[in-house]
Amino acid sequence: MTNQEPIYKTDALIAEDIDAYLETHQHKTMLRFITCGSVDDGKSTLIGRLLYDSKMIFEDQLATLESDSKRVGTQGQEIDFALLVDGLAAEREQGITIDVAYRFFATEKRKFIVADTPGHEQYTRNMVTGASTADLAVILIDARKGILTQTRRHSYLVQLIGIRHIVLAVNKMDLVNYDQATFDKIVADYREFAASIGIQDFTAIPISGFKGDNITAHSENMPWYTGTALLPHLEAVEVDATTDQAKPFRMPVQWVNRPNLDFRGFSGLVASGTIKPGDQVRVLPSGKTSTVSRIVTLDGDRDLAVSGEAITLTLTDEIDCSRGQVIVAAQSPLEVADQFESTLVWMDEAEMVPGRAYWLKIGTQTVSATVHAPKYEVNVNTREHLATKTLDLNAIGVANITTDREIPFAPYTENRDLGGFILIDKITNHTVAAGMIHFALRRAQNIHWQATDIGRDHHAGMKHQKPAVLWLTGLSGSGKSTIANIVEKKLARMNRHTFLLDGDNVRHGLNKDLGFTEADRVENIRRVGEVAKLMTDAGLIVITAFISPFRSERDMVRSMMQPGEFVEVFVDTPLEVAEGRDVKGLYAKARSGQLKNFTGIDSPYEVPDSPELRIDTTQTTPEEAADLIIARLIP
Amino acid sequence: MTLKSLTHLQRLEAESIHIMREVVAEAENPVMLYSVGKDSAVMLHLAKKAFYPAPPPFPLLHVDTTWKFRDMYALRNKAAADAGMELLVYQNPEAAERGINPFDHGGLHTDMWKTEGLKQALDKYGFDVAFGGARRDEEKSRAKERVFSFRSANHRWDPKNQRPELWRMYNARKAKGESVRVFPISNWTELDIWQYIHLEGIEIVPLYFSAPRPTVERDGLILMVDDERFRLNEGEVPQMRSIRFRTLGCYPLTGAVESEATTLPQVIQEMLLTTTSERQGRAIDHDQAASMEKKKQEGYF
Repeated sequence: MTNQEPIYKTDALIAEDIDAYLETHQHKTMLRFITCGSVDDGKSTLIGRLLYDSKMIFEDQLATLESDSKRVGTQGQEIDFALLVDGLAAEREQGITIDVAYRFFATEKRKFIVADTPGHEQYTRNMVTGASTADLAVILIDARKGILTQTRRHSYLVQLIGIRHIVLAVNKMDLVNYDQATFDKIVADYREFAASIGIQDFTAIPISGFKGDNITAHSENMPWYTGTALLPHLEAVEVDATTDQAKPFRMPVQWVNRPNLDFRGFSGLVASGTIKPGDQVRVLPSGKTSTVSRIVTLDGDRDLAVSGEAITLTLTDEIDCSRGQVIVAAQSPLEVADQFESTLVWMDEAEMVPGRAYWLKIGTQTVSATVHAPKYEVNVNTREHLATKTLDLNAIGVANITTDREIPFAPYTENRDLGGFILIDKITNHTVAAGMIHFALRRAQNIHWQATDIGRDHHAGMKHQKPAVLWLTGLSGSGKSTIANIVEKKLARMNRHTFLLDGDNVRHGLNKDLGFTEADRVENIRRVGEVAKLMTDAGLIVITAFISPFRSERDMVRSMMQPGEFVEVFVDTPLEVAEGRDVKGLYAKARSGQLKNFTGIDSPYEVPDSPELRIDTTQTTPEEAADLIIARLIP
Repeated sequence: MTLKSLTHLQRLEAESIHIMREVVAEAENPVMLYSVGKDSAVMLHLAKKAFYPAPPPFPLLHVDTTWKFRDMYALRNKAAADAGMELLVYQNPEAAERGINPFDHGGLHTDMWKTEGLKQALDKYGFDVAFGGARRDEEKSRAKERVFSFRSANHRWDPKNQRPELWRMYNARKAKGESVRVFPISNWTELDIWQYIHLEGIEIVPLYFSAPRPTVERDGLILMVDDERFRLNEGEVPQMRSIRFRTLGCYPLTGAVESEATTLPQVIQEMLLTTTSERQGRAIDHDQAASMEKKKQEGYF
């Protein structure tokens, strides 16, 4: 089965001198790597082989493996190493892996963590996830097939995530008679391709995961290969974060440690650089400076901490500093901005909705952020730029993002911790995208807010009223416009200055360029929200009648207004009642397919969770409804 | 400037501390599940480091089956007191009332005391995040477990509905009623755990070290007769054997290994030279290949 004895089987020291062994092993380093390959490239077999050869497989597991190999294996009577790494029951049956799995093995020099990602259509999401923590990537190629579309895709993603160390493992050399020319041709082809996407350097190794060639030791089957075998190479790659240590000090504050009045420590993981007591630091975004007093640990104070360590600092001054802020070397601050261009990898079943607000988590800070329509999508196989209005699951694109406040950041290529972010859907809480900041946009900084002398309080004061937005939401035909109209008439009789924004009317003018896709509906509501906000600044009571089917956008408008000014009124009419009325004949059209994206039919209506007012129109007349709304406004 | 290479244990330690602080910063009511085993011991030690000089800002929860080894109860109370943490002990009242025990009830014992007990305890105290000491190297289905593992309002784990975890970034947001199990030592292996215990001088239950103990042999497992509740079969007489445990659980369900290892280096030496995996001593895992995964979906840790 194998043409060489695994050299990592046991260490003589274990039996002879365990104390010496433990001493050696306390100085091991760690390498995290990802294996990229398609279904038939032998990826699982390679990982299984590494585990087996480094003696991470125990007898009981081996017994299970042997019986499983005979039952469901694909290698006849031989051991199917792939079975070692296929986890969940469902995937065993289907013969595919469906997620990112982490495997562990160790040699005398290093501990290894392998991110194993499956090679099917969810590949982009899983591979980007696995690659985000990797120091090195092993790109597998089947020697019989050479460079495939998948190889190009894997390489592009590896480059996108910024993995500096790449191993090109040309696998299944046993099936091409260990032929040097085959190997040389693949390497030459790859070199040309790699250069075209900006990969500077890689190490090519001819291997057979199945037979064990060039895995732990140089294979006698390929005397023409003069480089190192895979495992010795993985042991030798320089991965220590020494380059990160040479960069300026940055630490996102994770938690403020305040056990009593005499101690105030700032805890976090050092993202780059080193820090000593006495070092000058600056807190961003506030810009306040101070000096490091102590580096506090359970085992006593430290005189140095470096990139990659989780520490607690105290400062000599009582300055404001909380979770989400970043402590940096005083003389080399970070940029601070609220608009960015970034690459986005979309990871959710629900597509991106341009204009929608998502949570953006970067470092230890979470802010609200709006994603603008993508500039382009990247075809991961050809790297062509494609025009698009949105990003679907596994799509990669470039888009601008606006955050609701200024955040300290670094471009992703400089620092993963300060330039990498995730987007979180505000309703489902799913992690919907991974993002990498390219640079900040200057636009926001050049348009300053013009302070005017006559402010909103003055406007409202002249009208002797408190501005408000009465936001009526509900299905088409629920009675929003009817009720809104009565409310306005009643308020007018009470000498209140009002303005009614009606959904249909706004679409004749301000929003006539918008259709009914999800993205257009979001933009429709955003514009109406901005107009309503201007009107409240002018002191008006604004009444709106829009279906506004999505919670996210209603919440967005709410957050634009002053606290207490937004009154969400849910005009609750069951679908069958609204459809039965069908005043405008729209439901009939929607049912017959002439009208697309119709709320309630083929587009969802998200019911308000906690509206200020809910009106059940099956129990309440429009007159009564109007009175209820006015009572809520003017108690 | 002095450059300093971090060792694998230093990198693992930093990662675990980072995860714990992230939870404390984002959770409303976190708790640490404490099983008194070596993994729990390491997790507790890391928590002390993460929040020093403050004590870890959450309680310890022991979901008790009443059938743990006596040595485990002794260390549990001492460890919590040493750390300055509140210790909550939960025993499923229904299991107690029905007298569920490992001798008569087989799988039901684990289900009622552990799986149901854990759910009840989390509901009772309203904990939204629970730290657990599970590791990815323990078992195949755990290799793809997230660090932040989301559970529905009725504690179910849906393998298809877990979030991608990128960089060092964890999305801890959840809806009301949902909860998260967080595994800060996911990336540690059994050897890492032992090395760290050795390096940091962490106190562990004496049962991990060999000593002469009263035992009987059943179905290929060496079981320790820890108290008078152990039911001896007819003709069965406890024998003194020099044994230790690689993993600890309910004493009538936990198999011992014969050993002479009385010091930590000797234990590690034996572990490195041994040829069977750690979980083999636990009776519950032998049911079927995917048994852990099934148990996890039902809410077993």
